[in-house]
Amino acid sequence: MAKKSSRDRMKNEINAGSMADIAFLLLIFFLVTTTIVEDKGILVKLPPWSDEEPDIAKLKTRNVYSVLVNAQNQLLVRGEPMDIENLRENAKEFIMNPGQLENMSESPKKAIISLKNDRGTNYKTYLAVYNELKGAYDELWDELCQRRYGVAYSEELPVAYRRTIKEDIPMILSEAEPTNFGEE
Amino acid sequence: MAKFSKKRGSASPEVSTASLPDIIFMLLFFFMVVTVLRDSELKVKVSTPYATQLTKLEEKSLVNYLYIGRPTQKFQAVYGTKPRLQLGDKFASVAEIPLFLEKHKIKVPEAKRPRITSSLRVDGEVTMGIVQDVKTQLRKSGQLRVNYSAKKRPD
Repeated sequence: MAKKSSRDRMKNEINAGSMADIAFLLLIFFLVTTTIVEDKGILVKLPPWSDEEPDIAKLKTRNVYSVLVNAQNQLLVRGEPMDIENLRENAKEFIMNPGQLENMSESPKKAIISLKNDRGTNYKTYLAVYNELKGAYDELWDELCQRRYGVAYSEELPVAYRRTIKEDIPMILSEAEPTNFGEE
Repeated sequence: MAKFSKKRGSASPEVSTASLPDIIFMLLFFFMVVTVLRDSELKVKVSTPYATQLTKLEEKSLVNYLYIGRPTQKFQAVYGTKPRLQLGDKFASVAEIPLFLEKHKIKVPEAKRPRITSSLRVDGEVTMGIVQDVKTQLRKSGQLRVNYSAKKRPD
């Protein structure tokens, strides 16, 4: 008798009504633990390591845009103090040299930005400066791209387009070894 | 008139809830896929600075993280307040970077190895000294794709 009843029970279907609850429970767990971390940042290609010091003396001074950031987080651009707000415009003017001035770059292809900092420079300031310099190039690429192809410059652009633009305005940024000032 | 009443009559009054579990499972799978369970606990305080010219990092498996910042309150008694480097879930010296990179590299298929990026998550208040040492070590180890992690500057 008892056997028969248990076999009867086995014939019954499993109640799937609680499936939704189980799924909800898991869903809520993952909702809570999820952190959709958006990792964004400034992508940089470091130069390969070489033991020889790069010879910057060979370059013409008119083509070098030297930016120094000291341990007090102050900027010295081509020998003149400057605020970080003006850096982007100034760098753009230097690279393109629209007035064909004697003391600015011969052509965008020859322009070189030289960045040097102290070991005591704040990382925040360094990154802000780097951001402005990259911003200057990004804006120039965008302007050229608008003129040439009528579209905004972006990473989605065909590689061939991007290559021609970067050929005309290459971003050459050289970073010198920092000087040992103000490290804690 | 007759048409209207006919239509109303044929519509069943209840919505079937049989597909509810499926919908929930779909959501569940979505969140399971996008979830990144953070594997390393931060032992240094990292508050990345703001910037505007940002690039998004695509493939998570191709990124290794290097944290630089001051040790958090808990670890200050042992490690002091000077900026330190954290690799994985422990404090490390700059000399340990090549091994750390190599350990990450062997997990990546060979074809994708040139696209490995090092994400430098550096606190804004840190001085450049240690950052420079890390950069030099990265260059010496041939890891040249570097991403300075930053937050989008609010306008």
